[in-house]
Amino acid sequence: MSLLDLHDVTMRFGGLVAVNQLDLSVAPGQLYGLIGPNGAGKTTVFNVITGVYKPTSGRISFDGHPIAGERSGRITRRGIARTFQNIRLFGEMTVLENVKVAFHCRQSADLPAAVLRTPTHHSEEARVDRESRELLKIFHLEAFAEERAKNLPYGSQRRLEIARAMATTPRLLLLDEPAAGMNPQEAHQLMDLIRWVRDRFGMGILLVEHNMKVVMGVCETVHVLDYGATIAVGTPAEIQRDPKVIEAYLGGA
Amino acid sequence: MKGLVLAVVFVGALFLLNGVLSGTLIEGLSISPYYLQILSLAGINIILAVSLNLINGVTGQFSIGHAGFMAIGAYVSAFITLTFGERLRDALGFLPVPAQNAVILLVVLAAGAVCAAIAGFFVGVPSLRLRGDYLAIVTLGFGEIIRVFILNIDAVGGARGLGGIPQLANFFWIYLFAAATILVVSRIVRSSFGRTLIAIREDEIAAEAMGVNTTRSKVISFVVSSAMAGIAGGLFAHYLMYLHTNSFTFIRSFEIIIMVVIGGLGSITGSVLGAVLFIGLTEGLREFAQYRMLLFSLLLVVIMIVRPQGILGHRELKSFLSRRRKTDPAPPAISG
Repeated sequence: MSLLDLHDVTMRFGGLVAVNQLDLSVAPGQLYGLIGPNGAGKTTVFNVITGVYKPTSGRISFDGHPIAGERSGRITRRGIARTFQNIRLFGEMTVLENVKVAFHCRQSADLPAAVLRTPTHHSEEARVDRESRELLKIFHLEAFAEERAKNLPYGSQRRLEIARAMATTPRLLLLDEPAAGMNPQEAHQLMDLIRWVRDRFGMGILLVEHNMKVVMGVCETVHVLDYGATIAVGTPAEIQRDPKVIEAYLGGA
Repeated sequence: MKGLVLAVVFVGALFLLNGVLSGTLIEGLSISPYYLQILSLAGINIILAVSLNLINGVTGQFSIGHAGFMAIGAYVSAFITLTFGERLRDALGFLPVPAQNAVILLVVLAAGAVCAAIAGFFVGVPSLRLRGDYLAIVTLGFGEIIRVFILNIDAVGGARGLGGIPQLANFFWIYLFAAATILVVSRIVRSSFGRTLIAIREDEIAAEAMGVNTTRSKVISFVVSSAMAGIAGGLFAHYLMYLHTNSFTFIRSFEIIIMVVIGGLGSITGSVLGAVLFIGLTEGLREFAQYRMLLFSLLLVVIMIVRPQGILGHRELKSFLSRRRKTDPAPPAISG
C-alpha cells in the first residue's frame, strides 16, 4: 500500500505542458528522489501535490484519499508537509514561533479561549512551547530559539524549514532542493539529517535535488523527469547507467 | 483572580478620573470641556487605530475601509437609541438613571458591533482574496459604498444628519472600551491564532503550506477588527450626539491608517501612541490656522523619512524599555 499515488497527472499552463502523464508512488518510510534538468517540472510536481496548483488532469491520492484540487492547508492537515526551494520562513518571527505556527493546525484551542485566557489556552500553549523546543533541540536550533528567523545563517534556515515542516506531524515530507546553496560539509550533514529523520519518524520523503551526491547518497528510488515526462525510474545505480538519463543531462551525441 | 482584582481597580480608577476631569466629583480639579473632549476623541481614535492595526499591521492586509465599519456601528447604535431608547428605559425603570444609561449604551454598542461585524464578514470574504493594492482599492470602495448607502437612508436623517442622540457615552466609557480593545487585540496577537496572522503577513504561501487556513484567519481578523470599529462608531455617536456621513469619508479611513503607520505597523502600543500623537498634532497646530494641514503633512513626511517603519516599528514599547534595562550595567552586589 503506497502512501502517495500520482496517476496519469498532467499539468498544463496554456500551451506549456509542465508535467506530462506522470505516474509516481511513494511508500511509507521510502526515500524517493525526483531529479531532472532545469525546467523539467520538478517543483511543479511539488506544487501539484501540495495543492498550490490543481492538476489539469489525473488523480492524486494520499493514504487512499483523493486530494487533487484541495486547498494547501487541508492537504497539510492530512499529513503532507513541504519545504521551499527559495526559503520561505516567517522572517520577522522568532525561530521558536516559526515552529509554533506549524503546530497550530494540530491544536484545538480557538479564539475565544485565547481572548478569555481559559485554562485550556494555557495548557495548550505550554504543550506547544514544550514540543516546539523539543523539535528545535532535535534539529540543533535550540540556541537560536529567540532569534529572528531572518537573522539565521543560511544552513540553519534550511534546517529550520525542515523542523517547521516536521511540526505539522507529516507522514510524507517533500523537500524542495534542501541542499541548494550548501557547501559540501553542510550537504553531508544534511544527508545524515534526512536519513535520521526518516528512521526516527518513519515517514516517506520525496526529495527534489540538484546535488547528485545527496540524491545518490540518500535515495532508495530515483525518478528522472525531462520536459515534464518520466524518462527513468530505478535505484541510484541503475539511473547512473541509464543512457536516456545521460543524454538528458549531457545532451545527445 | 489577580486579573479580576486588577480589572476592578482599573475600572474604579477610571471612574474616579472621569469624575475628577469632568468636575462632578471635585469642583476645582476639572479640566476645560475642550480638553476633555479632545481626550475622549483620542480614546475613540485609540480603539480605531488598535483595531485597524490587527488587520493592517498584524495580518498585513492593507484595508482602507475602516471608516465604513465605524459608520455602521455609529448609525445602527444611534438609530436603536432613538427608536427604542425610551421603551428600554421604561423596562429598566427599577434601576437608577445612570444605570439605565449604562445598560442602554451597552446594548446599542453591542448591536452596532454585531452589525459592523456582519458587514465586515460580507466585505471580507470576497475582498480578502486580493492582495496589496487591489485589496486597498476594494476596501476603499466598500467603505465609500457603506457611506453613500447610509447617506441615502431617510430614516437616519440622510443628508441632514442624525441629531438628538442622548449623550450616553463619556470619558469613562470611551477609555473602558479602549482598554478592552487593547486587551483583546494583544491577547489575540499573543495566541496560537495570532501567530497564524503574523505568519500570513510574513509569507502567506508558507503559512498555508504549514496547514493554516489563511482565508479563515484573515476573515476572522477582519470581522473582529470591524466589530471594534463599530464600537468606536457607537461611542462616537453617543458622545458627540450628532452624526453626519461627512464624518465617515475615506479621509477618516486615511487618518486611522496614518495613526497606525506613524506608530509602527503591527505594534499595539505604537497604534496607541500614533492615535494620541495624531490628535495632539492636529489640535496643537490649530493656532497656525490655514497652514495647519501643510505643517501636519510636513511632519508626517519627516517622520516617514526618519523612521519609515514607524515610531516603534513592529515592536512593542515594552521591548524598548527592557532592552535599555539589559544594556545598563548590573549594579554591584552589596555584601553585608
